[in-house]
Amino acid sequence: MPQRQGSSAADRGLAGPLTAYDPGAFLCEMLGATAAADPAMIDPSRRLILQRLAGMDLAELRRRAAVAETELYNLGITFTVYSERDAIDRILPFDILPRVLTAAEWDTVEHGVIQRVAALNLFLHDIYHHQTILRDGVVPADLVLGNANFRPEMVGLDVPHGTYVHVCGTDIVRDESGRFLVLEDNARTPSGVSYVIENRHMMARVFPDLMAGLAVRPIGEYGMRLLGAMAEIAAPCAGEPQIVLLSPGIYNSAYFEHVFLAREMGVPLVEGRDLVVEDGSVWMRTVAGLAPVHAIYRRINDEFLDPAVFRADSTLGVRGLIEAWRKGRVAIANAVGTGVADDKAVYAYMPRIIRYYLNQEPILANVETHICREAEGLRYTLDHLDSLVVKPVGESGGYGLIIGPHATRDELAAFREKLLADPANYISQPMVHLSVAPTLCAEGIAARHVDLRPFAITGRETWVLPGGLTRVALRPGSLVVNSSQGGGSKDTWVLA
Amino acid sequence: MSATVADGTDAPRSSQLLSRYAGSIFWLARQMERTENLARILDVTETFTRHARDEEGWLAVVRINADETRFCATHPAPTAQAVTHFYVLDRDNPTSIAATLAQARENARLLRPLISTEMWSQINIFHNRMRQLTAADIAPSHLSQLCADIKQACQTHTGITEGTFYRDAGWTFYMLGRHIERADQITRLVDIKYHMLLPSADAVGSALDVGQWHALLRAAAGYHAFRRNFPRDMTPAMVAGFLLLNHGFPRSLVHSVRLTQATLAQLRSSYRLRGADAALERLEDLSAVLTETSIDTLIARGLHEFLDWVQRELIGLHATIAARFWPAEG
Repeated sequence: MPQRQGSSAADRGLAGPLTAYDPGAFLCEMLGATAAADPAMIDPSRRLILQRLAGMDLAELRRRAAVAETELYNLGITFTVYSERDAIDRILPFDILPRVLTAAEWDTVEHGVIQRVAALNLFLHDIYHHQTILRDGVVPADLVLGNANFRPEMVGLDVPHGTYVHVCGTDIVRDESGRFLVLEDNARTPSGVSYVIENRHMMARVFPDLMAGLAVRPIGEYGMRLLGAMAEIAAPCAGEPQIVLLSPGIYNSAYFEHVFLAREMGVPLVEGRDLVVEDGSVWMRTVAGLAPVHAIYRRINDEFLDPAVFRADSTLGVRGLIEAWRKGRVAIANAVGTGVADDKAVYAYMPRIIRYYLNQEPILANVETHICREAEGLRYTLDHLDSLVVKPVGESGGYGLIIGPHATRDELAAFREKLLADPANYISQPMVHLSVAPTLCAEGIAARHVDLRPFAITGRETWVLPGGLTRVALRPGSLVVNSSQGGGSKDTWVLA
Repeated sequence: MSATVADGTDAPRSSQLLSRYAGSIFWLARQMERTENLARILDVTETFTRHARDEEGWLAVVRINADETRFCATHPAPTAQAVTHFYVLDRDNPTSIAATLAQARENARLLRPLISTEMWSQINIFHNRMRQLTAADIAPSHLSQLCADIKQACQTHTGITEGTFYRDAGWTFYMLGRHIERADQITRLVDIKYHMLLPSADAVGSALDVGQWHALLRAAAGYHAFRRNFPRDMTPAMVAGFLLLNHGFPRSLVHSVRLTQATLAQLRSSYRLRGADAALERLEDLSAVLTETSIDTLIARGLHEFLDWVQRELIGLHATIAARFWPAEG
């Protein structure tokens, strides 16, 4: 790993458990982009946090981390891993050193996310109505119409306020220069917001002295905001609309989050079996009989929602739900068919989609992406195969991709054949050197790579929760922040 | 679905309790009471058998839980070790504390949107602690302490629930579960004594016998209250009468049945749940018998048969409540 020349930790005023901290060649979220050039340029709030950390000893930090871990376990802020014999509760590892965003940094992210969500909604409205963007040739028609997540059932259906993506999670990384880059849009049922808020609660309990006196933007209103957006889209009714959260049930790995959101919104957490469609409307089964439901925040994928329309074998959904929705008797968030917008292939076109609908330059750039279905993109990819990450567009979860710098000569040659056989199936991106943040590790406080997933709620308008989920790759050098591969999370502070 | 449509305009929203939640909260209350009472029964049995040197006492625990068939299929003899393992640690035995608490925790998890965080967290911690128990924890020298710990954890649950659970229809179904389980459990606790003592008529009234009735009262946390009522004497009939028919004793059968009636009436009046009528009707026979019959009559007619009948009545009541309020769940 290349080492930055010149400024040692001591030069940057780092003492105590931070003495050995070295972000290397990566951008450090705590020291900021300017720290290397001039330690005096570190943001004053960040400097205060660093001073407070420097005044603690490692044993004390570890004690607090252990308290936090026990608390998370006792509170059941866990996901359950089922084996044949046992159900084992795991916590998402929590790092007690926060990730801090300045007001200026957040301003960029917030406006960028709002812009992106607006474009996603306009795009979805268009492809399910007049399809002008396809006819204008900005996005290839087959990419959208042939997409597995394109839902013909949605064509011609109007949704309240033109909002399809009521909750959006945008995965964002920062490169060495400090630019925020969008890695992925999550427009279906993005999860993780419960950790954002629980992490803050946990920090308030185990590390109140670190935040004392700092103006950190509060995040407690997420549930109210989400409920407000649901009320804005709810089917017409007399009095307050009945809103519910539809979950697949306790065996779902995100069940804790479903509980969390239902509690924050003050609405029933229902499963498919609790709902029934009668006389064209949706009802829930209560001890007093059937009670009407006007809006559903669903955490079930499209294909399980309604066995009459999608997978006939689904027992998680509600028969007749889509028909009730189409008739305007109930609202569903997120709308059906949003998966076509967060597809990898469509992602590559997002900068053009933003320009097309909004006539604006994207505030948040994509990671530089080469579209192999286009001659120029294919040529560039072939010329730089050994330095690029090439991904098939249809797949998810990292299947079928090649990481050029880590591949052998033979693997590259074999991949070149596949790419040439079906260029339209691939995009390529450079390796992004994610930013790092000080993280409590086995060896002390060390630099670990992080990303950021802000959450945006949209009813009539878009509101972005200040901060979002910071995921951290706990393994040294790892760029993979996923919890399934050794990732954890941090509290994310946005300075006022 | 033949259920009536809820009157959404004037019924309070808090009565729009999901049927599934009602069933789970009812069961959660039963499971926590059951756990506490099982700890009480194991504790008193350990006391009974400490000097008796026979396995009859431990077999009684199996019998009152109607587990003879399952227990005997996997255990050659009802030794203290076998029975305590079966009822404390054995997760394959659905009537064990381990299994009952696992079910309670599963219900609590399902009810997380409804119950307080403090209720959930305490059950979660309790369950996790019980999962870590080993054979050493149920050794004779540790059993009494373990039972005391389990009782205390259950009582902590009861206290947290009283102090934090929002008072709506959910709370009422919780209370319904608690009262019905308490009614059931006191019959089992008295029945253990019946099994213990009647085989030899000579032993009735002996020093051992008095000591055991004494222990039974203590197991039900009723010794002091009994003494205040009957300072001069202690006969089996007095103790059985106290545990079953005393209106002031919070675990007595009659007290629990009266509270069950009051809770059903509250479901009817406060939440306008007409399903409560059928349950109240189902309870009429038991209520009448408890009002009209003395302990001497019950003993003369056969105490064990009476206790059996009460348990069947309560099973019938549970079935009626389930059919009215959570028909799909069973």
